Amino acid sequence: MLPLQIRQLAVCIDNKALLHNIDLTLADKGVSILMGHNGAGKSLLLRCMHGLIEPAAGSLQWAGIHATDINSRHRQAMVFQKPLMLNRSVAGNILYVLKLRNKPKDRLQQHLQTAELESQSRQSARSLSGGEQQRLAIARALACEPEVLFLDEPTANLDPEATQKIESQIHHATGKSIKVIMVTHDVAQARRIADDVVFIHKGAITEHTKAKTFFTTPESKQAHDYLAAYVKPV
Amino acid sequence: MTTFSQVLSEVAMLLSGPDPDLIEIVGLSLRVSVTATVLACLIGLPLGALLAIRPFPGRGLCTLLINTLMGMPPVVLGLMVYLLLSRSGPMGFLQLLYTPTAMIIAQFALVLPIVAALTRQQVEDSWKDYCDPMHSLCVPTTSAVQTLLWDNRLSLLTAALAGFSRAISEVGAVIIVGGNIDHLTRVMTTAIVLETSKGDLPLALALGVVLMTIALIINALVFSSKGKLA
Repeated sequence: MLPLQIRQLAVCIDNKALLHNIDLTLADKGVSILMGHNGAGKSLLLRCMHGLIEPAAGSLQWAGIHATDINSRHRQAMVFQKPLMLNRSVAGNILYVLKLRNKPKDRLQQHLQTAELESQSRQSARSLSGGEQQRLAIARALACEPEVLFLDEPTANLDPEATQKIESQIHHATGKSIKVIMVTHDVAQARRIADDVVFIHKGAITEHTKAKTFFTTPESKQAHDYLAAYVKPV
Repeated sequence: MTTFSQVLSEVAMLLSGPDPDLIEIVGLSLRVSVTATVLACLIGLPLGALLAIRPFPGRGLCTLLINTLMGMPPVVLGLMVYLLLSRSGPMGFLQLLYTPTAMIIAQFALVLPIVAALTRQQVEDSWKDYCDPMHSLCVPTTSAVQTLLWDNRLSLLTAALAGFSRAISEVGAVIIVGGNIDHLTRVMTTAIVLETSKGDLPLALALGVVLMTIALIINALVFSSKGKLA
């Protein structure tokens, strides 16, 4: 599906420009992280990339196909910050997607295994813990066999062990050549898994660089201040 | 003056032995109301869900209409169905007036807005959480409706029960289109009206107690099945 090419993108909600002058090209596989302060527009840009929001201006194309095109969206999957658990069992949640996308049912075990949810397969999905629900949401997204996986703060409010398991799922996805585009506030996590970082400030991209460069010598003042605030002792 | 002891003794008499007339009346009441409720659910559940998730011009007006129809007086609806099914009416050739089928049609029309309106509200509330994930998964509208109905099955069971309660307890519509004919269209509520008009208040009240007991048993059965559905 790559490259993703965004040109002069603007998104307005209630006549307010929440994203403006967005120019971005994501051509490489691996993990791209969207970072920035609360309300900067990271999640909005993620939804726009996934075709859930129609931009007010500009273009957003996946290998030349418009982002809202159904053919493009069929090759992507998204996990939301507060994942929706369908009112059925853990296995039922994955089977729902396998049936929807005409995938063989025998892949269920493989997805349960990757998410470390085999023992809870018959349990109601809504009775799982927050971390388990997030792992199930990622497993369900991966059951779509996407080429691009969007993750909106998948480890927010999770403990280190749960976070590690989610990161293991992300590594599993990138190992299958799935492009991961993720929003996170966790700088340490971004350091561990990012290949490149897109920094957003007040609805505009101020920087898009390789992760190593971003964390050592950020180009923009806003990114520099953001990282400085993170490492500053309280 | 009717006393509660008289009512209780009538209830005891009604329940003491298998009275064929009572069994026939109860059987017909259940057949008419359950059939009307099932048919109303088959149409009202998907209709309510569609109204909740599918935008179209005039959706607000449809919602307003369905919500208003919940308060339709059974007598008025009975009259409308009567005019529809009477010999000179547009569906008079079917010769359904004063048959249990006419009663089912009238109760179906009473229950449908209740099921559809309650479903629409429940599904609309859920849709706020489901909208983005369903769009993300590119779920077609028909599948989204099925998913939402299944995921809200416990709440929607209450909508179905509300519809059934309306059907089993109403008298205005069934007495007009059914005519309260003995051994043909007499149901619990029309029997209560008849006994009241005859002045046999203990028997009328006793029939009411039997009716409420049946409603209680059905509610209990549905309530106990909720655990299995969860």
